[in-house]
Amino acid sequence: MTSLELTGVSCWFGNVVAVNDVTMVIGPGVTGLLGPNGAGKSTLIHLMSGFLAPSTGTVTIDGTPTWRNPSVYRRLGLMPEREAMYDMVTGWQFVLANARLHNLPDPHTAARRALELVEMTSAQNRDIATYSKGMKQRIKMATALVHDPAVLLLDEPFNGMDPRQRLQLMALLRDLGENGRTILFSSHILEEVEQLATNIQVMVAGRHAASGDFREIRRLMTQRPHQFTVRSSDDRALAAGVIARGAASGVQLLAPAPGESLLQVQTGDFLSFVHLLPELASGLGIRLLEVSPADESLESVFSYLVNQ
Amino acid sequence: MNRVVAGLTVRSLLGRRRVFLLLAPPMTLLLICGAIRSLGEEGAETSAHVLSRFALATVVSLVSLMAGTGAIGPEIEDGSITYLLAKPVNRFSVLLSKSFVALTVIVACTAVPVTLAGLVLAPSDARVALAFAAGATVAGIAYGTLFLLLAILSRHAVMIGLLYALIWESLVAGVAPGAQDLSVRQWALALTQHILGNQAAALDVKAAVPLTTGLVLLGLLTVGSTLIAGRALSGLRLSSHE
Repeated sequence: MTSLELTGVSCWFGNVVAVNDVTMVIGPGVTGLLGPNGAGKSTLIHLMSGFLAPSTGTVTIDGTPTWRNPSVYRRLGLMPEREAMYDMVTGWQFVLANARLHNLPDPHTAARRALELVEMTSAQNRDIATYSKGMKQRIKMATALVHDPAVLLLDEPFNGMDPRQRLQLMALLRDLGENGRTILFSSHILEEVEQLATNIQVMVAGRHAASGDFREIRRLMTQRPHQFTVRSSDDRALAAGVIARGAASGVQLLAPAPGESLLQVQTGDFLSFVHLLPELASGLGIRLLEVSPADESLESVFSYLVNQ
Repeated sequence: MNRVVAGLTVRSLLGRRRVFLLLAPPMTLLLICGAIRSLGEEGAETSAHVLSRFALATVVSLVSLMAGTGAIGPEIEDGSITYLLAKPVNRFSVLLSKSFVALTVIVACTAVPVTLAGLVLAPSDARVALAFAAGATVAGIAYGTLFLLLAILSRHAVMIGLLYALIWESLVAGVAPGAQDLSVRQWALALTQHILGNQAAALDVKAAVPLTTGLVLLGLLTVGSTLIAGRALSGLRLSSHE
């Protein structure tokens, strides 16, 4: 089991601070590195992959620094964001070249296996210049996988992929993560991270804004009240009871359609509310039909962090 | 030397239209020599004049600039160098492999055409052709390593190299006595003058520096550029596109 560790890492270019005092540990499984454009995601990946030196702090793989240390690439596979490759060779020649550069004992078998994993065997004898964007992404993935690394760093891996290719790559990464690989992928698209990552690291304006499962991240943001949608057999009575018991800071009765109603409840104490609501409803003889958090999607978490 | 890196460098350096750009200056030299000969102006003096002022001053520096920067510059610019550097391969080995390819191309595209040009203009005096071919070879190697270093250090390597070749080598070093001591062309011309021997004075081939000085400075530039380039490549930083 391999882990990537960043301790107090900052990185600046002249007056621009790209990464500011970031400390995180990336362990086995699939970790999503989420943040808007300009958040510092690619800078972090360049730091982790040994292509940038931290201005302060340390970046290590199992305790070994990544900067000026080519030996780490035996354990690390990198899929860069930029599209450019050696367009004048075929997909097969390029992946084979990568296998040979890793000094693998059987580069042909390794290249063949990598191309099979990304489903590019049918197009492997075409020049890379003739590939679509999605095909190039898959070849890039093959070069990252060819030496069977313990750590995979993927910078915006789903760019340019159609939905089928995206699902196939997600399934591959999920399998690799479940087999104990340490995989970090960056994305600014919430759905990608939500579907694939078991752990999330959020970057905003160069800072490490949050870490963990996105539901835990949401619950830790106590400054912002939680929102719930509640449907019951008597919304008006329930609303009055919630206010009387002081279980919420605000209640809104909504009529989404004629004859229908629901409550939007706002509370600062998540745990108290979820314990109190069933007890209150039972005491009032009201049947609860639906209780769902209205703002626990990754999108609302992300928006909140970005706007802070 | 790493054969995989060398193979990819050959493919990128000689692929697409770049090979035509590399051949344009030597082909121009041969066309000019053919035209001069067709006008009946051939001879050893003419050969020395053309090879000294055009071949050594312009053709060699332009070919070296294209090959030296082309061997690594585009890959750094577009980020594809990542695929070579994200490997458990010594980066100095990567540099030496690229240098080998670039210098081989430079010698093939300068020494060979210079030899042919010299024989076109002075078919009965092969010594002139070979003397200038030797000068073109050592100049090309020194220029090549310098421009390869520039390509690692700066995104504007081609512009800087053009300014150096066209302004410094062709203009400044041609007229300012002090500047000639810092001219790769003059260092290479010292070797050419030595090979010509007694014939050099008659052909008005006179280097601004003695042979030993020229060879030492060529060696220092070649080795120094290579070492600095290796160090620079080891600490190459990729910028983000964010």
